[in-house]
Amino acid sequence: MIRLEPRKEISKVLLYGTPVMAVVVTIVLGMVMFAALGKNPVNAIFIIFVEPLKDPFAISEMTVKATPLILIAIGLSFGFRAGVWNIGAEGQFTFGALVGGAVALALYEVEGGWVLPLMCTAGALGGMAWAAIPAFLRTKFNANEILVTLMLTYVAVLLLSVLMHGPLKDPEGLNFPESRLFHESATMPILIEETRAHVGFLVALAAIVIAWVLLERHVFGYQVKVIGQSPKAASFGGFVESKVVWFCLMISGGLAGLAGTFEAAGPIGQLVPALPVGYGFTAIIVAFLGRLTPLGILLAGFVMALTYIGGESAQIKMNLPSAVTGVFQGMFLFSLLGIDVLARFRIRFAQRASSAAGE
Amino acid sequence: MNEIPLLELSGITKRFPGVVANDDVDFSIMPGEIHALLGENGAGKSTLVKMIYGVLLPDEGDMHFSGAPYAPMRPSEARAHGVGMVFQHFSLFDALSVADNVALGMNKEAVGANLDQQIIEISNAYGLSLDPTRFIGSLSMGERQRVEIIRCLLQNPRLLIMDEPTSVLTPQEVDVLFETLRKLSAEGCSILYISHKLQEIRELCKKATVLRGGKVVGDCDPREETAKSLAEMMIGTSLTFAERQEPHLGEERLVVRGLAVESHDPFGVDIHDVSFAVRAGEIFGIAGVAGNGQVELMEALIGERTTTADSVCIDGEAVGTQGPTARRARGMCSVPEERLGHGSVPDMSLWLNTILSARTRKGMEKNGFLDLNLAHDFADEVVEKFDVKTAGINHDAKSLSGGNLQKFIVGREILQAPTVLILLQPTWGVDAAAAIDIHCALQELAAGGTAILVISQDLDELMTISTNFAVISEGRLSAPAPTGSQSIEEIGLLMGGVHTSAGTEATV
Repeated sequence: MIRLEPRKEISKVLLYGTPVMAVVVTIVLGMVMFAALGKNPVNAIFIIFVEPLKDPFAISEMTVKATPLILIAIGLSFGFRAGVWNIGAEGQFTFGALVGGAVALALYEVEGGWVLPLMCTAGALGGMAWAAIPAFLRTKFNANEILVTLMLTYVAVLLLSVLMHGPLKDPEGLNFPESRLFHESATMPILIEETRAHVGFLVALAAIVIAWVLLERHVFGYQVKVIGQSPKAASFGGFVESKVVWFCLMISGGLAGLAGTFEAAGPIGQLVPALPVGYGFTAIIVAFLGRLTPLGILLAGFVMALTYIGGESAQIKMNLPSAVTGVFQGMFLFSLLGIDVLARFRIRFAQRASSAAGE
Repeated sequence: MNEIPLLELSGITKRFPGVVANDDVDFSIMPGEIHALLGENGAGKSTLVKMIYGVLLPDEGDMHFSGAPYAPMRPSEARAHGVGMVFQHFSLFDALSVADNVALGMNKEAVGANLDQQIIEISNAYGLSLDPTRFIGSLSMGERQRVEIIRCLLQNPRLLIMDEPTSVLTPQEVDVLFETLRKLSAEGCSILYISHKLQEIRELCKKATVLRGGKVVGDCDPREETAKSLAEMMIGTSLTFAERQEPHLGEERLVVRGLAVESHDPFGVDIHDVSFAVRAGEIFGIAGVAGNGQVELMEALIGERTTTADSVCIDGEAVGTQGPTARRARGMCSVPEERLGHGSVPDMSLWLNTILSARTRKGMEKNGFLDLNLAHDFADEVVEKFDVKTAGINHDAKSLSGGNLQKFIVGREILQAPTVLILLQPTWGVDAAAAIDIHCALQELAAGGTAILVISQDLDELMTISTNFAVISEGRLSAPAPTGSQSIEEIGLLMGGVHTSAGTEATV
């Protein structure tokens, strides 16, 4: 008989070692999968995980993918620590992009350095507004935020689609469901010429620093941790749960909305119905793979971005199905959760049976 | 007495990771004997009885029941042998009837057709009046315990194990329980009685086995020992108890007027019109049986529940609508009942746990930013001044023993120099030496002019340290009186809910 016995104190090595082990396990599982598909496993892993790191353009593309993942995951990490399960960052991302993009379209051809900051503010507020719905419903009626945020994602995606087919459609766009291309002042400045790497990445880095300060040096981060670990102790400490629920949903909604605006004003450059590609969901994996710590999320964001870029080149070079990226992301979460059990529990074999036999 | 012992243990050893809970324990119980198992918290009493009841398996050693080898793998096997156990924490469902609860805890074969009738017969035979159709939620703690006892008696036990049975009872209920136990003993049922209340053991038991650190340190006849000599056997050193001091009372610091609280819990207790005042230098005690509104009262006093503004006043300032942080700023600190998960965050280090309640008064928080050095220093100070045994302030709160964590939490509050300190069950489950340390620290704090309120189920504790005294029952407070002015019988009646002059008089 195998029993799981909780460990008294979890060692730091184990706590931060498990995500690394999860990456290794995922790679091994991936190799098994490729072998089963009849591809050369070593070659496939090399193309997905190593080749992009040798190519400067691929690295710039990684920052493009990592920016929304990091921004959203940072926001989610606060809520996940406090037990506020915002699963619908994808919806807040979409609604934020919609609001930020609508500002850009309203100010079409208006030049000025203030246009982009205004769009970003509007986008963040849009994400917050979308997250305010589950916050209100949870604090007022105790509605489960997992369901509300998740369902609102579909509402946001469909809302985007409706507006793309109607009011926000490009008047000169031959009736394609797309907005105008954003003008110069409404587009994210590029960091490196000839690439798509944009200033949003610097914002994501700043968000990491601010999140670290909040978590480690500020009473806000402290109350988030306390409320997640022990709600009664939080109440003793004078922390009010409903305030923390609001804070967490506003932070995650705001950052997701900001990420959505960056995406529309950056690599895409317009509003399209296909804007939501799942960053909001992948960011959940990023947050947990990064152990909900800011630095961990930075690293996990890049690992996950690598699966996007590497997955694409594997499609092209090895003729692998496009599902490779999603499969890898799923395996990451799966092996992380599996290995986590080992970090928190000690495995005991046949304890009960042996002591009985000893009599 | 040359009969075969009913139960005989030899060389019982049980190890847990990092600790030997029972080390080579030998003892035996004769048929019909009331045998006390004495020891501090952590001495290994619970582990030992869990092995007898089949919840745990011993690593080494043998047990014999009526001379035959006995090794229960699970409680149902123990029950089949005729071993019954009444746990300290009842395993009853509030929303089910007495009869349903009794049936749930019995082996299937043992539940007869007319259970209600059986319950009534047993309860009459042993003077434990109980209506099988009532819901558990509507019963007092004493009545709930009767449900557990009757459940055991229905199975015709030959050995009944009682774990700290009197901690939830009024003095009168204790008398009834003792009558029942004596009657059972006279009929030949053995009783293993676990307690740390020495007076009771001297009254009830003819034999006692004392455990310390998992080992048997002595057998004795408790009737021939004094409470002090028994305590010293348990602890292994001689003790100096806290002595009552003559207080110098100052102005009223905590005033509670007409406090009313509705409980969130459907089986909780509402607080009705509670009024009292605690003066500087005073230790005010509130006694009562568990589940009579103590938790709700505590929540309202420390600000976890808000009320009308002038229900609670600190130094003349109405704070009823303020939360715990604002009340701390005004000088009110508190120690909740649950050490782990209420008074501290189990998975956080000791120094992080100081931020929980001391960040305001110790200046650890400036504009929302935390000064971690101050938190470290304060944690070090608490550990040093209150003699908290820990490997370091970076260790998690849950790694400390109950007594040490309680000393840490009490120290964390006292060293904030509160003007009002409120404690709920400050020495619950704490070893005797730590309890004495805590009592002395409270007296010292009171002498410095702090108003202290102690809400406790432990009458002896309140008798030792409090200056004035009231009893809470069903959410109502009796009129406060100087400690010692009422007899134990009077207090017992108040605890049972008989109000001579229900708490409408405002102050002493």
